[in-house]
Amino acid sequence: MKKRAAANATARNLTQLKRGESAILDRLDLPEDDARRLMELGFLPGHAITPGHSAPGGDPRVFRVDGSEIALRRETAQRLILR
Amino acid sequence: MGDCHNCPVATLPPPSIAARRHIVAIVGPPNSGKSTLFNRLTGLRQKVANFPGVTVEHRMGRAKLDANREVFVVDLPGVYSLNPRTEDERVTHDVLCGEMKGLPKPDAVLLILDSTNLSRHLVLAAPVLSLGLPTLVILNMADDLDRGGGGIDSAELAMQLGSPVALVSAAKGLGVDKVLQFLAGTTEGAARQKPLMELPVIQDIPKCRAWATNLGSNAKYHAPAPPLWTRRLDSIFLHPVAGPAVFVLVVIAVFKSIFSWADPLMNGIDAFTAWSGHWIGVLIANDTLRSLVVEGIWKGVGSVVKFLPQILFLFLFIGILENSGYLARAALIADRTMSRFGLQGKSFIPLLSAYACAVPAIMATRTIESKRDRIATILIAPFMTCSARLPIYILVIAAFIPHNSWYQVIALLGLYILGFVAAILTARLLKSTVLRSSRSSFMLEMPPYRWPTVRSLALRLVDRSKVFLHRAGTVILADGVLVWMLCYLPFSHEKFIETEHLRAELKAAPEAPDAPQVRQKLSNLETSQVEHSFAGSVGHAIEPAIRPLGFNWKIGVGLLTSLAAREVIVGTLGTIYGMEGTDEHSENLQQAIRTDLTPGGAAALLVFFAFAMQCMSTIAVVRRETGGWKWPAAQFAYMTFAAYLFAFLANRIVTAWA
Repeated sequence: MKKRAAANATARNLTQLKRGESAILDRLDLPEDDARRLMELGFLPGHAITPGHSAPGGDPRVFRVDGSEIALRRETAQRLILR
Repeated sequence: MGDCHNCPVATLPPPSIAARRHIVAIVGPPNSGKSTLFNRLTGLRQKVANFPGVTVEHRMGRAKLDANREVFVVDLPGVYSLNPRTEDERVTHDVLCGEMKGLPKPDAVLLILDSTNLSRHLVLAAPVLSLGLPTLVILNMADDLDRGGGGIDSAELAMQLGSPVALVSAAKGLGVDKVLQFLAGTTEGAARQKPLMELPVIQDIPKCRAWATNLGSNAKYHAPAPPLWTRRLDSIFLHPVAGPAVFVLVVIAVFKSIFSWADPLMNGIDAFTAWSGHWIGVLIANDTLRSLVVEGIWKGVGSVVKFLPQILFLFLFIGILENSGYLARAALIADRTMSRFGLQGKSFIPLLSAYACAVPAIMATRTIESKRDRIATILIAPFMTCSARLPIYILVIAAFIPHNSWYQVIALLGLYILGFVAAILTARLLKSTVLRSSRSSFMLEMPPYRWPTVRSLALRLVDRSKVFLHRAGTVILADGVLVWMLCYLPFSHEKFIETEHLRAELKAAPEAPDAPQVRQKLSNLETSQVEHSFAGSVGHAIEPAIRPLGFNWKIGVGLLTSLAAREVIVGTLGTIYGMEGTDEHSENLQQAIRTDLTPGGAAALLVFFAFAMQCMSTIAVVRRETGGWKWPAAQFAYMTFAAYLFAFLANRIVTAWA
């Protein structure tokens, strides 16, 4: 019960997705320039993202979105909020 | 057309001819195959165009349409939109609108998109088509699209866009004839159709994307299945254990091959330079001229060309890593470590390359998008122990540390580590002060794995070598002449003639009873020549300044001549000690420097070379890549200061300890 309350209170971000698990992107909590670049690469609200392989240690990680694979650092992935 | 090889700017031909020449711009997102298409169209008839005020270089070339007609092709940087937010987008926008100084508005545009990633790439079609120029929309990688079971109705797409569409595989050369047909049609002045689909508001990315997706479905586009091999290879190359293991193996393999394969070639070039230099000398009657041409120019050029095999291997390996797609994975694995020093994963391969030579390393930093990270990498690259430092390292280490002992290895390794530490600390310093980035996000696209084509690798090699030889070569050539002037002027005819006479005598009878005396006489003559030259005067003049480092005027002369190229010092020291023509392995030379250097001075000399910027080619390339003199000047000042300070400390510490 505690878990569900916590999940409702704070939205999930990309780092909380398990490898191979897909989710839909809701918004990007990033400065405008960075958000644009990510959107151009395919990280658009409404699109599905799936985490893939990573560097040793888990950071940065490759994300499969929109038919291509883009690697992001943890600090950036944390700002991508999922629906 | 007067091809202006010295012009930094792509200039307009005179008005009367302009009417016949048409300019075509190639635009497209990154990884869409622009370069491949550009190479297909222009082959070797390409050169670098430097637009004013822009640091990233672009290429311009000539494409042959038929027997009589040619068009100019301009290769623009990869962009996803034409929003002038980054320099790449600004340049692309300016060129397409005809606002780039020195380049008229293009007559046509080749918009090249990756057909396997069409929804994402079609977004660029909106801003480009809205410019109203005759545009051919090229759907590249059509072979991959087909093989993956994807497809598109290109005729329908053409109607929707109001622009011709061609399915092409630039890598395989399929469909390129359609591109040439379009270009030929353009030079005749083709008109554009009215598009069926409304172009969306450009600034809004989600809307543009929706437009592109809509467009795709109208044209019955379906994406191919994701490439299986990329997934499979990534499960090995990005495996938590196997990944780093492969990474280390690749690094070792690159290094081993560069140093061991290049070695015999380098020795060969050395021998050839000496042999041919002799025969060239035979042809020249005038003494001064002969000395200048053989000792100054020919040997100077030889010393640069000698490094060419190493440079070429380096370019080749970087090319293979980049084209195959592995480079992105290597950057991914290295990123965590690199970010601890304030850099990022893409800096890894350039810094690694700098262990062979900083010049190609600095050229390889082009893949780093963040300008500040790029400049930081460029500034620290020369600290990596490049191969030009090895001759002096070997000479001093062999002279002062007992032969075949572990200490020799430790000393050399220590110097490598010293360079590395200096680089890291400088990076941290730079990134926390002058080059601090506004926390911009790191994002790295992992392209699908591809077999690098021989053609693209070969073209890249030719292109990079041309740049290296031209930039580095002209600098070293000038330096060779300069060093000659410093060491041989004021020119003494009597000394020169006597030197040649003695040399001939020795060559004719090397075992004659009076040979040792002849050798001694020659030796003294050579030393005296240097002492009375300009270089000798300068050496004496700066001696007070370098005495705290444990150096005397002879080392001073060496520092002076090696200012433009590190390896020159060994030859200079050889000449100063009257052993011209010896190298770092000569025991006589090693013995000779022991007479003038204390252990402290020797340590100082090594440390000085570890930190000092003694490479005109590097400075030239840094100037080119950063677009000005500010950074190379700062780099030179910083490294010279560090060299002096730490050499001084080394001298003090080792003298006190020994």
